[in-house]
Amino acid sequence: MTGIKSIEDLRALKEKALLGLKQRETSNKPYIVVGMGTCGIAAGAREVMKAILDELEKRHMTDVLVSQTGCIGLCAKEPLVDVTLPGQPKVTYGNVNEAKARQIVAQHVVNGQPVYEWAINVVEAK
Amino acid sequence: MRELSLHVLDLMENSKAAGARTVWVSVEEDLVRDLLTIEVRDDGKGMSQDQAQAALDPFVTSRTTRKVGLGLPLFLAAARRCEGDLTIESEAGKGTCVRAWFRRSHIDRAPIGDMAGTIATFSGLNPMIRTVYSHKVTKKASNTQASDTQREFRFDSYEVVKYLGEDSRVLQNPEVINWMRCHCEEGIRNLYGGEGE
Repeated sequence: MTGIKSIEDLRALKEKALLGLKQRETSNKPYIVVGMGTCGIAAGAREVMKAILDELEKRHMTDVLVSQTGCIGLCAKEPLVDVTLPGQPKVTYGNVNEAKARQIVAQHVVNGQPVYEWAINVVEAK
Repeated sequence: MRELSLHVLDLMENSKAAGARTVWVSVEEDLVRDLLTIEVRDDGKGMSQDQAQAALDPFVTSRTTRKVGLGLPLFLAAARRCEGDLTIESEAGKGTCVRAWFRRSHIDRAPIGDMAGTIATFSGLNPMIRTVYSHKVTKKASNTQASDTQREFRFDSYEVVKYLGEDSRVLQNPEVINWMRCHCEEGIRNLYGGEGE
């Protein structure tokens, strides 16, 4: 990651960031949720989240919604990541690490091909 | 938890669950007194005295899905094994302040870890919550005559919002999150500069 940290660097991001907001409101977008309860955090959810954000940032994908949730009771499989593409089933991945998270973004979020071998649950879209 | 910054993230999640609008995180490293103090304070719904005491019991939790709540007990254990302790001050309707302290040089003290990652991730994922971070390092002056020197790094997610307009959702932008992380990383790194001179 390059060193963008000064206030000038932040200002330079301004237009892009505001444009991203507009796109966000108008389009149907992919949705990623990371489990961030005590169990998820202890298992490495923050590193997974950082990897996901980093992949999205590299690809300038500001239209993807990234969110977090608490413990859903499947602590043994943490870190858990849910990926839902518009009109597609919700896929839950278990035991995700940084490397898996990067591949999930590349293969599932970008190319629309779920990584079924790591999926622990698939819920059909309503 | 392998890093203290992960405990901090966990406590910030508690604050969020308590409906906080602002979360203040403070890390104070006092090299002169060999003391590390970490504080997470919020303006959420708070707890009664009884609830606050009970929160340190691993078999007490506010959630309904399961009967255990390990976040605070784990942090308490981390502090106690380093000759430290943890207190919870809370008032219903006003907010909660959790403070833990450690002997900084204790062999069992976990590293502070990636505080920048904790702060930037939380700020970005919770744009409606204002995140204020302060990190202070106090050390002895190299010259014995001079008084101790203190450096501080401060970060406020709403300052970032102000630079980027009005809408706090800009904090969700991955590039903005990355900026916040790099900014915090550099700020924290500068706190230690010149050590050993």
